[in-house]
Amino acid sequence: MSLLELRGVHASYSDGGQVLHGVDLTVQEGGVTALLGANGAGKTSTLRAVSGMLRRGGSLRFDGREITSLRTDEIARLGIAHVPQGRGTLTGLSALDNLRVGSARRRDRREVERDLERCLNLFPRLRQRLGSTAGNLSGGEQQMLAIARALMSRPRLLLLDEPSLGLAPKITVEVFEAIAGLRAEWSLAIVIVEQNADLALGMAQQAVVLESGRVAIAGTAAALAGNDDVRQAYLGG
Amino acid sequence: MGALQQVVDGLSAGSIYAALALALVLVHRATGVVNFAQGEMGVLMAYVAWSLTSAGVPVLVAVLAAMALSFPLGVATERFLIRRFHGQDGLVIVVVTVGLLILLNGIVGAIWGYVSKPFPSLFPNEVIRLGGVAVTVEQIGNLVVLLAVVAGLQIIFLRTRFGLSLRAVADNRESSALSGLAVNRLLMAGWGMAAALGTLAACLIAPKIFLDPSMMNAVLVYSLAAAVLGGLDSPVGAVVAALVIGVAENIAGAYIDIIGTDLKIAVPLLLMVVVLLGRPQGIFGRREVVRV
Repeated sequence: MSLLELRGVHASYSDGGQVLHGVDLTVQEGGVTALLGANGAGKTSTLRAVSGMLRRGGSLRFDGREITSLRTDEIARLGIAHVPQGRGTLTGLSALDNLRVGSARRRDRREVERDLERCLNLFPRLRQRLGSTAGNLSGGEQQMLAIARALMSRPRLLLLDEPSLGLAPKITVEVFEAIAGLRAEWSLAIVIVEQNADLALGMAQQAVVLESGRVAIAGTAAALAGNDDVRQAYLGG
Repeated sequence: MGALQQVVDGLSAGSIYAALALALVLVHRATGVVNFAQGEMGVLMAYVAWSLTSAGVPVLVAVLAAMALSFPLGVATERFLIRRFHGQDGLVIVVVTVGLLILLNGIVGAIWGYVSKPFPSLFPNEVIRLGGVAVTVEQIGNLVVLLAVVAGLQIIFLRTRFGLSLRAVADNRESSALSGLAVNRLLMAGWGMAAALGTLAACLIAPKIFLDPSMMNAVLVYSLAAAVLGGLDSPVGAVVAALVIGVAENIAGAYIDIIGTDLKIAVPLLLMVVVLLGRPQGIFGRREVVRV
């Protein structure tokens, strides 16, 4: 069954500039979908439209439920966790408090503690930094913290916006290995926006290429990765 | 012994400044707004408390009721006034809150008149002598109430989910919403709590200086100085600074001839200028880092 379904979604900034012009997109339960495209193609805007951070129209359905008119926090509570570009760390709070914010809406205390442990096993670097102010963490640690905070809400859908942005190659590998393991461990679907197409296609089953606020091509990741014309046209060779 | 007496008097005054300064910090942390009408909102509700006591309600009950009623007043102020100006230039919001201050001042005057009214104290009118220092029960009471408020706030902020959510929203609204926190409701709650604190401050100082529509103007100056000195986002800093200001103005007033009682109000401002020259973010404040 499809978990997230976008039909003819358009979106604009509050100043009126339109960024999406009718996006159709389906995300299957438990799969990884890579969202690719050049700068300004609408990748980030698509994620922000899903989370209700842009003015949007058309139809967005999550788990069969219409979410087009819901607020950001309501959408999050339905089970969509969004790690925004730039990580959105709560910089003045401790790393542990950041994780607690992620689980603030949950009532299943024992499961929360178990999930905290799972997050720390996923990102062992965070364990020593729990008491540190999040703003003092390195870029890589903040990215791990942001993903862990999202996981602490036990989402069914995880939206990741350029998790490799600004990270050293070694750290990027570490982060992506963790992301690749998420699907099985946490039983969730992932939509990942990534500049590095090879990295994204390597872990995705489905891939969507956006161009000027519309879907240019959609298909299996393997098909897109193997298609030289697609690579030439959209993925920078 | 004279100096010790001044310290005691100063701590008592400082604890009232601290209550209002805490309200200013609460609002500033949550919404980035310095609410110049914070004291005047407290005045309005202190008059409500006065009306209740005039109708025979015990003063403690009247003050608690006024604090409880302040909560929806603060909530409504955020919801229907401040939120409209979200994202606007800071100066616009300053003008809005100053306008609210003047408006409320006029409303209070229109309802209750401009003649000062005596306000009953929460504490018995007794003096305790401790080795040459005369301490009134009221002075001790003010300090105890303030310390209880600070302890209560610390518990709420550091030990409860609600407090964690308030801190999260103050830190980053967008990320808080993405984590499922009902940002708007939390902002309203922050304003509601601040309004209750402002009312407490007004009810604590009213017995000393009498109820008057403009009674909180001077207190606001002290509390603003304390909030700025302590760093506008630090509750502990605001309280420490308020107590320091209370003591400093009393000592300066008593021992520096040229200051006396008339120029006392200049003391916190002088302190503020000196500190801000060296530390623009305040003593306990965090330097705001703007990342591009």
